[in-house]
Amino acid sequence: MSADASSGRIARRFAAVRNELRPALVTFVTAGDPDLATSEKILAALPGAGADIIELGMPFSDPMADGPAIQAAGLRALKAGQTLRKTLAMVRRFREIDADTPIVLMGYYNPIYQYGSEKFVADACDAGVDGLIVVDLPPEEDEELCIPALKGGLNFIRLATPTTDDRRLPKVLQNTSGFVYYVSINGITGSAAPDSTRVAEAVDRIKAHTELPVAVGFGVRTREQAGAIGRTADGVVVGSAIVQAVAASLDEDGKATQNTVSAVTALVGELAEGVRLSRQMAAE
Amino acid sequence: MAEPGLKPNTYRSGPDETGHFGMFGGRFVAETLMPNILELEAAYKAAKEDPEFHAELASLATHYAGRPSPLYYAERLTEHLREAAPAGRGAKVYFKRDELNHTGSHKINNCLGQILLARKMGKSRIIAETGAGQHGVASATVAARFGLPCTVYMGKTDTERQKPNVFRMRLLGAEVKPVTAGAGTLKDAMNEALRDWVTNVEDTYYIIGTAAGPHPYPELVRDFQSVIGREAKEQLQEMEGRLPDALVACLGGGSNAIGLFHPFLDDESVKIYGVEAGGHGLEVENGHAASLNGGRPGVLHGNRTYLLQDGDGQILEGHSISAGLDYPGIGPEHAFLKDSGRVTYVSATDREALDAFQLCTRLEGIIPALEPAHALAEVIKLAPRMDRDQIIVMNMCGRGDKDIFAVAGHLGMDI
Ligand SMILES: Cc1ncc(COP(=O)(O)O)c(C=O)c1O
Repeated sequence: MSADASSGRIARRFAAVRNELRPALVTFVTAGDPDLATSEKILAALPGAGADIIELGMPFSDPMADGPAIQAAGLRALKAGQTLRKTLAMVRRFREIDADTPIVLMGYYNPIYQYGSEKFVADACDAGVDGLIVVDLPPEEDEELCIPALKGGLNFIRLATPTTDDRRLPKVLQNTSGFVYYVSINGITGSAAPDSTRVAEAVDRIKAHTELPVAVGFGVRTREQAGAIGRTADGVVVGSAIVQAVAASLDEDGKATQNTVSAVTALVGELAEGVRLSRQMAAE
Repeated sequence: MAEPGLKPNTYRSGPDETGHFGMFGGRFVAETLMPNILELEAAYKAAKEDPEFHAELASLATHYAGRPSPLYYAERLTEHLREAAPAGRGAKVYFKRDELNHTGSHKINNCLGQILLARKMGKSRIIAETGAGQHGVASATVAARFGLPCTVYMGKTDTERQKPNVFRMRLLGAEVKPVTAGAGTLKDAMNEALRDWVTNVEDTYYIIGTAAGPHPYPELVRDFQSVIGREAKEQLQEMEGRLPDALVACLGGGSNAIGLFHPFLDDESVKIYGVEAGGHGLEVENGHAASLNGGRPGVLHGNRTYLLQDGDGQILEGHSISAGLDYPGIGPEHAFLKDSGRVTYVSATDREALDAFQLCTRLEGIIPALEPAHALAEVIKLAPRMDRDQIIVMNMCGRGDKDIFAVAGHLGMDI
């Protein structure tokens, strides 16, 4: 792993929230949803609303691991003309106004493969991207992108799931950097809420194998859930609930309204309260 | 990969340990599925070495599916093609009659193998994706035979153009879930099946219907379908005392084709033709399903292969008159066989397939499925270019009962 990746924005941000005795709020939005201009406004507003780390979804026509909400967000973005190039340009413009909030690009491999892995890593670094989550690249395919990304100075964040047992965990963690994303249920994004006791056990299990922060996601949608998960996790990831807030704010033709950005910031504000209350709840 | 100009010793050694055929194949799946994929790989490795597994599969193939399927000399078709051929031309055409299998297509060969694996692995629930419905029917059939609940994902568009098969699956006790995402065809059904599998990974076995998907599926589906080529080789030896000069099969994901081709790959004298769905024509953007002839390498559904896609790497839907062929990808072994030059991949349009469908019905009294009608369209072009003493074996991989309503529609008839 390069020095860049381990001392970059992601590591600094986890250290900072740890000092505040709370977990990080990791928010997912789909780049270009519902259109590029609105999506840029949402992105720009996220840090102020309380997002500590931003996962920016790269839309793909065939999101095999996503539920209806994130599938629909991706389709809205693609319909509005989003491409990987435009997503990188969004990050570049975001960096002009925010030098500190980590951005993790999340998506599927094919658009990156078509762009060219090496070129993508170089352009992503240049744009100010901090990490990658590529759902369909398990450790078995590390040569494709993970190794070039780590060499180029990007974090490569891997998903661990309830099926990732103690025998497999070391393999999953081997080339992981930045943080570990624990997917709290077997399933697609937007599924049922996780049980916080089982999540706590899983977080402990992963922490026995790694020093990296562990963020937990899949199914978190309310302040209370964020608080409960955040008692043990180093980060709480919220995605489907946010893109559903985008969807609910649109007009009949699926176009953004005056409420679109504020619908997202209001929800993120509540979730941010949740993660701030989580350790107090734990102490009580 | 072989160096350009240099022939490998064998075309039959793939996949390698990591599931690659040259640069194609692999295991591009979400982490949730990885342990299952590895478990399946181990289970299949063990099954391959297990004489009992082979014996049980062979017994089911014989007594339940009706194997071996006949190799049939299509005499009237051969004569018909000779009439228009130059003097001395017009190869002898044989059909490998896999449409006579129980459930009406080659799909049962694979499903019998996989249901035995599922049982060996202790799985209690079956899921499958289907395009034309033939794989769905075959999956529902073996699930009924082994007493396991079965859910079949099928694109909404396909449920409408393949209604008889939807009803058959329901009669067999399967739950058919129409998929409305995308264009509602095969790739969308596969996405939805993968989502189900990710969610129910502990108890569910996913019977993939073609020689695609993450390793080890392309290998195991090929192995279960290779019975087609092994039988054909033996049967032709008996009937003609020699190898064929050409093989022809249609390509959706490529399972019937690889099943026929694989046992012949190292027989250099045998020319091999795979026929893709040319839809409205290769020149019509997004108007065909010819991934090898009109696509480029990419990653989808667990493997690297040729894909129909746009410049940003978004997958296109593709089009074909045949619901079993309009898949934007292709099994990774075919991608390898294309690049290595061993197999020639061509295409047939909707129109050509419809014409071939009618010709075969009238001349041979065999109603082919629209899928092998594409292979037949190539035979019609190929036979007159070959000598009279040469032999073509075409895979008649499915029967056309399921297609009569759709064909009637295309011919402007009301039934
Ligand atoms: C009769 C028949 N032939 C061919 C196919 C295409 O699949 P494959 O290319 O895997 O043989 C199908 C798929 O539904 C089919 O039903």
